[in-house]
Amino acid sequence: MAIGLHKSDIKNPVMRWVDERLPVFTMMQKEYGTFPTPRNFNYFWNFGALAMINLMIMIATGIFLAMNYTPHTAYAFDSVERIMRDVNYGWLIRYVHMNGASMFFIVVYIHIFRGLYYGSYKAPRELLWMLGVTIFLLMMATAFMGYVLPWGQMSFWGATVITNLFSAFPVVGQHIVTLLWGGFSVDNPTLNRFFSLHYLLPFVIVGVVFLHVAALHITGSNNPLGVEPKGPQDTIPFHPYYTIKDTVGIIVYLMVFAFLVFFMPNYLGHPDNYIPANPLSTPAHIVPEWYFLPYYAILRAVPDKLGGVLLMFGSILVWFLLPWLDTSKVRSMKFRPIARIFLILWVFAFFVLMYCGAMPAEQPYVIISQFATAYYFAYFLIVLPALGKLERTPQLPESIARAVLGDRVMGGGPMPVGAAAKPMEKA
Amino acid sequence: MKRYLKAFAVLAGLTAVAVPVAVYAAGEYDKPRDARFGFASLLGTFDRSSAQRGLQVYQEVCAACHGLRLLSFRNLLEIGLTEEQARAIAANVQVTDGPNDEGQMFERPGRLSDRFRRPFANEQAARAANNGAYPPDLSVMVKARKNGANYIYSLLTGYRDPPPGVTVGDGMNYNPYFAGRQIAMANVLNDDQLEFADGTRATADQMARDVVTFLAWASEPETEQRRRMGIRVLIFLAVGGVLAYMVKRKIWADLKTKPA
Repeated sequence: MAIGLHKSDIKNPVMRWVDERLPVFTMMQKEYGTFPTPRNFNYFWNFGALAMINLMIMIATGIFLAMNYTPHTAYAFDSVERIMRDVNYGWLIRYVHMNGASMFFIVVYIHIFRGLYYGSYKAPRELLWMLGVTIFLLMMATAFMGYVLPWGQMSFWGATVITNLFSAFPVVGQHIVTLLWGGFSVDNPTLNRFFSLHYLLPFVIVGVVFLHVAALHITGSNNPLGVEPKGPQDTIPFHPYYTIKDTVGIIVYLMVFAFLVFFMPNYLGHPDNYIPANPLSTPAHIVPEWYFLPYYAILRAVPDKLGGVLLMFGSILVWFLLPWLDTSKVRSMKFRPIARIFLILWVFAFFVLMYCGAMPAEQPYVIISQFATAYYFAYFLIVLPALGKLERTPQLPESIARAVLGDRVMGGGPMPVGAAAKPMEKA
Repeated sequence: MKRYLKAFAVLAGLTAVAVPVAVYAAGEYDKPRDARFGFASLLGTFDRSSAQRGLQVYQEVCAACHGLRLLSFRNLLEIGLTEEQARAIAANVQVTDGPNDEGQMFERPGRLSDRFRRPFANEQAARAANNGAYPPDLSVMVKARKNGANYIYSLLTGYRDPPPGVTVGDGMNYNPYFAGRQIAMANVLNDDQLEFADGTRATADQMARDVVTFLAWASEPETEQRRRMGIRVLIFLAVGGVLAYMVKRKIWADLKTKPA
């Protein structure tokens, strides 16, 4: 490309002046205006935008909380209650942040499920998927450290249990734990560094989200049929079609969010976290936040500490390999009748693990967790690699437009099996 | 797809319900009775006269051992006390302030801006005075216990003789609602032990209800404002949502029949 001013189509002289020197308006128009998007998204495709909105809400509320929070073991609990009582609308900011974490995980879990169901991780979107898994890992670290900050009983004991996991690693384990703690137990240095990292990591997430979106705009979006767009008849411009569809989703999401914040703000939390941290008194049952329960169940399903820790981390890390573990060329589970059943079972196992994670580590929950854990991994390591070779799939639709609009609009030609034309919203 | 979605929704719902319920199954104590507090409902408000009687119960009974350190006297205006009443309550308390110009700490009567006084100087003093037990601060007690309001109500009215075969430890009392069923705190509420300013008869049940109402307000003083705002936010979003959906239908209408 030759050096010189960018050729801009912008009419407004001021915007044009900027655009010629830094084509941000051209870029926005290209990536969010005319960006060709498959015409057949269902509402599952809202959740990427929702996650983005949620991240921004978390950062905005977090900045205001940090202005009023004191990261010291002697003051942290009271400073949070001061926010609740004396800071103007502090209760609102804090409850939005606190429930925002839960909403974030709900949204991202659905976003991940969307990827699993419609095969969004398959070539050429492997890197896009792996960046997403990276975001999820960063989110988990951020959420964990954020939960420590109010310095309640679950903050303290959750931090103790989770940081102690690293001691399972041979040789380096104890050193890692000492480094995390900044001493020899969870104490003020731990709280200080967790606060610092909790403020830092969201901006790292923003960076990886940028890469995630950039990669998405190279490959383009997957869609419910899992068939790549073959021409302009298969796509529509992002604006106004998907800006308005995302708006509808955002409002529904905000209603669920608002209901939690205003009417049951503590429902998803644990009451013990309103008891100030006390290193001398261990709660009867130490449980993490609900979104970590499945991994907690996997951890406790293994009798060996190191084995449990490895399986727990492995349960997420295995997602990185998913694009190569799934050997089927067919993306969408819509056209994979057998794999679909196994995926539904996998989701079931995920909920079972979530349930067992909240239960005490005793029978029958341990044995149930073990079976669910086994299936969790078997789905990725056995079922998906094997099914790609064994499963017989119906013929895929010729194109998105033909599947969506039907022969009446598109003119003659055979309809593909199992892909009857349906109205847009009900794909 | 729809079918599976429904199944997920049911599963997710069951998990959400089962997880909290199961906590009782695991512990050795009874599930609290439902006292049907008015403020517990989705749009409920705090009964002001009940909360004021509860303040009296707290002051005359609970405050001997339990602090309320996050609450300021000025907050009492929110449950309907006049400024004079709140000032009078504050002035009853001697607060250590200072140092003054001579570098000395001094005592002065409490002001509206002061916090409630803690009954003991520190945890050790509290334990020494209470047979080794530590009476917890009550500022956020209602949200620090599962089903907090009903739990505290049940606990306060739940003292009884231990069933045959159960021996209660030295200095402990039998109460089926407490974890382990033995609690260091003795039964403190007996019928007619105090006289309410508004003439309501002070039965043990009445006092328990009133003090729980007061503590529920103290734990979450923002409750009423939060619920009022929630209604407005949801109405606003619902209207916006309907409009957005109609616009969406209109924008998408022509796409249904023609290639883009």
